[in-house]
Amino acid sequence: MSTDRLVDYDEVTTRYEPVIGLETHVELGTASKMFCGCSTTFGAEPNTQTCPVCLGLPGSLPVANAAAVEATIQIGLALGSEIAPWCRFARKNYFYPDIPKGFQTSQYDEPLCVGGHLDVDVEGQTYRVEIERVHLEEDTGKNLHVGGSTGRIHGADHSLVDYNRAGIPLVEIVTRPVPGAGAKAPEVARAYVTELREIVQTLGVSDVRMEQGSLRCDVNISLNPVGAPEWGTRTETKNVNSLRSVERAVRFEMRRQAARLDEGDRIVQETRHFHEDTGTTSSGRSKEEATDYRYFPEPDLVPIAADADWIEQLRAGLPELPAARRTRLQQEWGISATEMTWLANAGALGLVEETVAAGANPADARKWWLGDLARRATEAGTDLAELAITPAQVAELARLITEGTINDKLARQVLDGVLAGEGDPAKVVEAHGLAVLGESDELVAAVDAAIAGAPDVVAKVQSGKVQALGALVGAVMKTTRGKADAATVRRMLEERVLSS
Amino acid sequence: MSNLSRTDVEHLARLARLAVTDEELDVFAGQLDVVLDAVARVGEAAAADVPPTSHVVPLTNVFRPDVVTPSLPRDQVLAGAPAAEDDRFRVPRILQEEA
Repeated sequence: MSTDRLVDYDEVTTRYEPVIGLETHVELGTASKMFCGCSTTFGAEPNTQTCPVCLGLPGSLPVANAAAVEATIQIGLALGSEIAPWCRFARKNYFYPDIPKGFQTSQYDEPLCVGGHLDVDVEGQTYRVEIERVHLEEDTGKNLHVGGSTGRIHGADHSLVDYNRAGIPLVEIVTRPVPGAGAKAPEVARAYVTELREIVQTLGVSDVRMEQGSLRCDVNISLNPVGAPEWGTRTETKNVNSLRSVERAVRFEMRRQAARLDEGDRIVQETRHFHEDTGTTSSGRSKEEATDYRYFPEPDLVPIAADADWIEQLRAGLPELPAARRTRLQQEWGISATEMTWLANAGALGLVEETVAAGANPADARKWWLGDLARRATEAGTDLAELAITPAQVAELARLITEGTINDKLARQVLDGVLAGEGDPAKVVEAHGLAVLGESDELVAAVDAAIAGAPDVVAKVQSGKVQALGALVGAVMKTTRGKADAATVRRMLEERVLSS
Repeated sequence: MSNLSRTDVEHLARLARLAVTDEELDVFAGQLDVVLDAVARVGEAAAADVPPTSHVVPLTNVFRPDVVTPSLPRDQVLAGAPAAEDDRFRVPRILQEEA
């Protein structure tokens, strides 16, 4: 669908330097809305969670949700922001029916949290992303465009609006422009959103489910010729709704903008839409004519004045943050920073931690989650956490191997069973008879049969070519369909062949 | 004496989605000027020791606990809508105005 000319990605950064910026919206997980007591339950029947306040009916009076204010301050504290000693809400006026009031209650020149930073690691290098502000506002309703073939605005005959989401507390976290990431800009953008998501999740103030829209990203990108004194004109790609898409959107915009600049065209400052299916962006609303929202202080809500006691109380209640936790676990498990990054990027940190807590040793826990299970998650196109196996089951699997009940090869079959919903590893082992054969009658018979079936090999081994024994081991493993322990088989063969 | 230009009024009319004729631009510019002048006189009354404020009551930190209260029944909600369809508010198609 995109007809844009694109420059090969590797070429872009030979001529241009990118500057990225991210605006992230986090829908808070409060029980009630920002300014009224309507429920925030996701997926409720349309327009069943509205009231005079969130519908903007005359005479209604909004009152701020204390939990939402505290959650915003906690996000600010986690990012190292200054908490404003005094701030106000503001009305952002616009005519778009996703808000029934004719304005969105937001914050303008007085955000609740100012400044701060987030350090992100990409391939062993740390990039500092400076935070501009963190402010509190309300979410908008959901539009359904009817009549258009694609459900998008263009071609739509009319729109249908559900205001259940309108008024849910929304925190906007805005970065300062991030220069200097070069060719790593897409990964830095993704790493930033990943880390931010993890922080918010750790704070427990939002479920940050991108697929449900409780975390949404707008991605700003500009390019300037290498060494140029000024940054280029930026585009803003709206509502990028997965971590992978953040990276793809930056990459695509860099390639598209480079092609335009190469041909002497200018970049139009505009809003662009990201298309998940093709990984491309297309032009939305032009920002050439600056939007005039006529912000003014919200007269119906009194200012927030966060005093030091309140802030310190919230700071004291902060949980261990992801970066500190990674440092601690890295030391506890004795692994390198690179390994830690792999674990974190794979979303396996919590899973490994829980597996260790369930009794596995850290190396085994890491091996299974980053190895077989990561591969299966990739094959299934899902996240590790979505796999039908619990950390406790992985720990049990590791224990069965340590105890010698199964070997690695059998363990993979056990995994198949657990993932297929057949129950805990021990149960799968029993149900399928997957346990390693000890020096059982079955194994002795298999060993004897292998010796009897290959007198030439036996002769070779006895004449000193001990490595020929491998063929016999292979034969036994084959007869026992992998259930035998190779070391046991080898020892049994040696006893019989070499001592005779 | 404030000085609201025709261009200002045209801009405001567009923001408010009001269709205003050329003649009306002149009329409204004059009328709005008078309104602005009247409001500007507040500035004359306020002495230097009166700080500007957006709120007339000396209150901060008025919050409500995060507790769910009943919402309105949907039929009542949609009764106030100019048009409704599929349990939703029906609005004219929207182009180029996504916030």
